[in-house]
Amino acid sequence: MDIKALEKEKNEGIDTLPSEERRKFLKMGLTVTGVFLGGTVLSLTSAQKALCVNTVSVIPAAGQYPYNKHYGMIMRQNNCIDCEKCLDACRATNHVPTGHDAWRTTIQERLTTVEGIEKREFRPILCNHCNRPPCVRVCPTKATYKDPETGIVVMDYKKCIGCKTCMAACPYNARYFNHDRYAIDKCNFCLDTRLAEGEKETACAAACPANVRVFGDIKDPSTEIYRLLHEPDNKIWVIRPECGALPNVFYMNA
Amino acid sequence: MATNALTNLFNQTEDPSLATPRMNRFTFFFLIIVILGLGCGVASFIFGHEKMYNYTRDVPWGLLISTYAFWAITSTGLCIYAAISHIFGGTKMAVVSNRMVWMSIICILGAFATIGVEIASPHRMLIYNILSPNPASNIWWMGTLYGLAVGCMIVEFFGIVTGLARIAVILGTIGAIAEVLANSCLGGVFATLPARPYWYGGQLPIYFLTAAFLSGAAAIVLINHLAYKIRGHKMPQSVKDAIKSAGKAMTLVLILYSVATFWRLIMYFVGGSELGRIAADALISGPLAINFWLLEVCIGLIIPLVLILRSRLKNTGMLATAGLLILIGQFVARYNLIAGGLLVPGTLGWDNAPTYFDYVPSFFEFAVVIGSLSLVCFGFLLGERVFGKTFTQKEHH
Repeated sequence: MDIKALEKEKNEGIDTLPSEERRKFLKMGLTVTGVFLGGTVLSLTSAQKALCVNTVSVIPAAGQYPYNKHYGMIMRQNNCIDCEKCLDACRATNHVPTGHDAWRTTIQERLTTVEGIEKREFRPILCNHCNRPPCVRVCPTKATYKDPETGIVVMDYKKCIGCKTCMAACPYNARYFNHDRYAIDKCNFCLDTRLAEGEKETACAAACPANVRVFGDIKDPSTEIYRLLHEPDNKIWVIRPECGALPNVFYMNA
Repeated sequence: MATNALTNLFNQTEDPSLATPRMNRFTFFFLIIVILGLGCGVASFIFGHEKMYNYTRDVPWGLLISTYAFWAITSTGLCIYAAISHIFGGTKMAVVSNRMVWMSIICILGAFATIGVEIASPHRMLIYNILSPNPASNIWWMGTLYGLAVGCMIVEFFGIVTGLARIAVILGTIGAIAEVLANSCLGGVFATLPARPYWYGGQLPIYFLTAAFLSGAAAIVLINHLAYKIRGHKMPQSVKDAIKSAGKAMTLVLILYSVATFWRLIMYFVGGSELGRIAADALISGPLAINFWLLEVCIGLIIPLVLILRSRLKNTGMLATAGLLILIGQFVARYNLIAGGLLVPGTLGWDNAPTYFDYVPSFFEFAVVIGSLSLVCFGFLLGERVFGKTFTQKEHH
């Protein structure tokens, strides 16, 4: 096509345009609009799904509680003084073997510098009883599963084959091999040792003198954990949110 | 009656030229190592796995899992090439396909032996894999499919030995499909763990399949070379052609696998997860650097490529050396991949966690590895002795 020659041509105007051409042009316009419109509808569909997992906040939104009771824990992290009373209480209550690397809950520490002053920081950790638990998905024999009543991740020791995939899958290093039981073991929020006996708190939460660990039903608006989670001024976070496990152990500074 | 039929069958399949005192000595030597090596693994059920293996809460897997993956992947490779030759024909590898099926079974048995003594309670697996299956679990699928595959391959091999070609082809096909699916589930075990960014991602199952094609081709070249070496016979042209054909596949996949390895590592350094980058660094300049650069890259990829080019696919001795080096490289590569994902602490920055956890396999872990290797060597010699004619019958026509 010779552009220069075309440029010299006189503009015919739209009056002489055949109606077939106009129809073609309109059709093309409608097609483009349709594709975009269809795409928008599709993108809205996925957007709605995305809202369901609540990407904005780490706190589950209303309607996301598949369990009758939905137990969780919030740590008022800066209150922790590393007295380890929680660790002792957990060991005593749940018969956690001593030695090796067996623990159901522990306290991690690190040194940070705030405004030039070195500060020691403590962080209690335990199983996060995730809503999308990687350990439960990978277990070949359903030896670990979400308790249908409480959402607590529990073990059925007799089914555990000891493949240790759940240990590799857990983002929180919350699982260990219990040599006494010859199966993987983990925190179960004292489901069998305390909650089944009618206690309202886990052993670690009850033993904490600094009131760091607040345990309860995060679905129940009358609980302290619910209040702390929904207080607008509280900045809440979880550990390793990028893993997408949707944990039920939350952290804040008091 | 049945014994007579069996004796007749073995008379037709055995290779008496291998019934020499020297061969017997070798076979028994490997058998003793199998008993000693795997015996160490069995002893872990008496003395406790925690006392025999250097696994910890932080590093729950190690050398035994990587060895299992290596044998399973090699078995898949052998099975795929055998199935392609049996079903589609048209490849010169068909003449050695019976030997490939046998060695595929032996390799998967090596894998099972390794993981059998690695898992803490395999007896519970036998019960609850059936009574309480979890269809969302890659481990469940992998175990079930490898189990199905080995069952099919054993019947397939029976079909080959007894001349029931139809059964052999049907079961061989099902077995190969099960092996491929099991292999991709093995990749999936690692690929679907977001807690381990070094493994997480859809590329890994394909990487494992590529490794299967590489290890399988390398094993074909090496095993067939050895099969004629131990007999002291001159290799027939048809087997030379089969090795050349496997050598071509080996070269092609070696290049593909190298490209995949390069990009797999590079992508951790352009963004993404810090933990993934630290794991990749373990291979580039950290505790796994010698393993990676010397064994995985130089011995496992570069030197074999040079040897293949020098051999011009004609010198089978040189090709077999390349195959052996590739298999050594692949063994180390499996270890590097698994250790790389586990050595990096998920809670980095807390508890004065080291950048890399310390894990050195225990003596007993090495003993189990040697035991599984000897099992494969024992299986190879036994196969050549008992089924030698089945392996070679097509080769001389």
